[in-house]
Amino acid sequence: MTLDAAASRTEMRAPRPKAMQRPALDWNWLGVAPFFLFAFLFLIGPVLYLVAGAFQNADGDFTFANILELGSPNIVASFSLTIRLSVLSALMGAVAGLLLGQAVILGGLPGWVRNAFTTFSGVASNFAGVPLAFAFIATLGRLGLVTVLLRDLFGINIYGMGFNLFSFFGVSVVYLYFQLPLMFLIIAPALDGLKTEWREAAEILGASRRQYWQMIGLPVLFPTILGCFLLLFANAFGTLATVYALMGSGFDVVPIVLFQQIRGNVLYNPNLGYALALGMVVIMGVSNTLYLILRNRAERWQK
Amino acid sequence: MKKTFPLAAVLIALFAASFFIVPLVATFYFSLKMTRGELGFAAYASVFNSADFLTTISYSTVASLIAIAVGAVIIVPTAYWVRLKVPHLRPVVEFISLLPLIVPPVVLVFGYIRLFGSNSYLPLTTTTAGTDVLLVLGYVVLSMPYMFRAVDNGMAAIDIATLTEAAESLGASRLRTIAFVIFPNVRAAIIAGAFLTFSISLGEFVLASLLNRPAFGPYLVQLGQDRAYEPAALAIMSFAFTWGCMALMQLFATRKPGQRWLPRLMTPAKRTTP
Repeated sequence: MTLDAAASRTEMRAPRPKAMQRPALDWNWLGVAPFFLFAFLFLIGPVLYLVAGAFQNADGDFTFANILELGSPNIVASFSLTIRLSVLSALMGAVAGLLLGQAVILGGLPGWVRNAFTTFSGVASNFAGVPLAFAFIATLGRLGLVTVLLRDLFGINIYGMGFNLFSFFGVSVVYLYFQLPLMFLIIAPALDGLKTEWREAAEILGASRRQYWQMIGLPVLFPTILGCFLLLFANAFGTLATVYALMGSGFDVVPIVLFQQIRGNVLYNPNLGYALALGMVVIMGVSNTLYLILRNRAERWQK
Repeated sequence: MKKTFPLAAVLIALFAASFFIVPLVATFYFSLKMTRGELGFAAYASVFNSADFLTTISYSTVASLIAIAVGAVIIVPTAYWVRLKVPHLRPVVEFISLLPLIVPPVVLVFGYIRLFGSNSYLPLTTTTAGTDVLLVLGYVVLSMPYMFRAVDNGMAAIDIATLTEAAESLGASRLRTIAFVIFPNVRAAIIAGAFLTFSISLGEFVLASLLNRPAFGPYLVQLGQDRAYEPAALAIMSFAFTWGCMALMQLFATRKPGQRWLPRLMTPAKRTTP
């Protein structure tokens, strides 16, 4: 990206005045040169290459055709599926995580409960990918243990009632296994930041619990909640291994479409692949940036 | 509110706990049922007896370990230098270190395949060794956000300016200072980052699959399509593995520099008393 180049250029041009008199040229930036070189070669370069490719045709001429082709029905359908799935799973994760955080941190439960959930969440938020899909297949798949137990012991046939693990809703339940702990972990500092004085002041003024949450708690938390939602959204949007192991290659979320395209199974147009990649990076970038902005805004309350 | 029994809170906590625990219990139970009519560890035995399991897991372990070493060699001097000499570059370095959270692995590897393909200046993907290098460097990139944060936090806990001055007055060169003073003092932080890196890259699927390397992640997916009970056994093992990595990470991340309960690998370094 141009940012680092610009930064090192300003660094060369205008060395900071130090306590000791220094020579006119400051070579300190050289110490971080290996990092920038590595990042440029293996992170920024490859992404820029794809971004540039998104605006080129097969002969290397500039074109908007690939970007326009993102508007074709199957690509739009796949972005729409991914966004809907990510929104649903982020909503479920945010609501469940907030409820859990509220219950465990502010609900008057003993401290060890919170510690246990925090430790477990650290593990579970990292337990994504192929094994997670396996665990849910063994649990809620057609022959999964819970499915069979519910059917044999309680006569509840969840598949007969319309549940299907290998469906849109099923995938979002699987995602909840890492979204909920992630939400719990990132909302905890904000819940700690709700000052007891505010609650006491509200209670003295005669506010009910519900009024406290409606008029003080949730408005104060709102930027944080929105930010966390966006982080969960991006987290779900970029997920590939979990959904691939669960649904196979036929479930057309954007990462799987791109995966298939790279393998050469569909599309046969690398430049359209570049455009797909650009679309993913833009969506992930926007939601992560908004998350950072909202988090900074929310930190005003957490001094 | 404090006087009454927190019923709603207890119910929510119990519900969440069962959502977390039931899939693990169910998967574990499922993994024991391989032999019809009895419970046993047949699925686990079958996994460990498989040659593919052993080759892929060794391949991924080696790749992850090299990625950790390369990551530490790149990140530690950078974090050190940013803190000591070029603090105004910190926002840029931090931004770059967070970029892998924005760039999905599938996009990253797509870039690799195109940029380092057969007609590029650096045609890494044309040889096996080159592809291995790309895979390892990709893992370094994926773990960069966690590694940088861990190391940077570690450096915040020690007074690197004083340590550096002390080392310099004793005549140590810059490299020597980094290798024998800074490195040992942030070793716990590096190890904390290393366990996270390890848990990310060991079962990593996307990079390994698209670079066509015989790693553990693609093997897992293949196994999931072919078998029923072994995947459950592997899911349990990888959960235990993730748990172990996180526990060790916590242990090292909260450890104070200079606090020692492992034998030192190098000559005793300078200790700080904060």
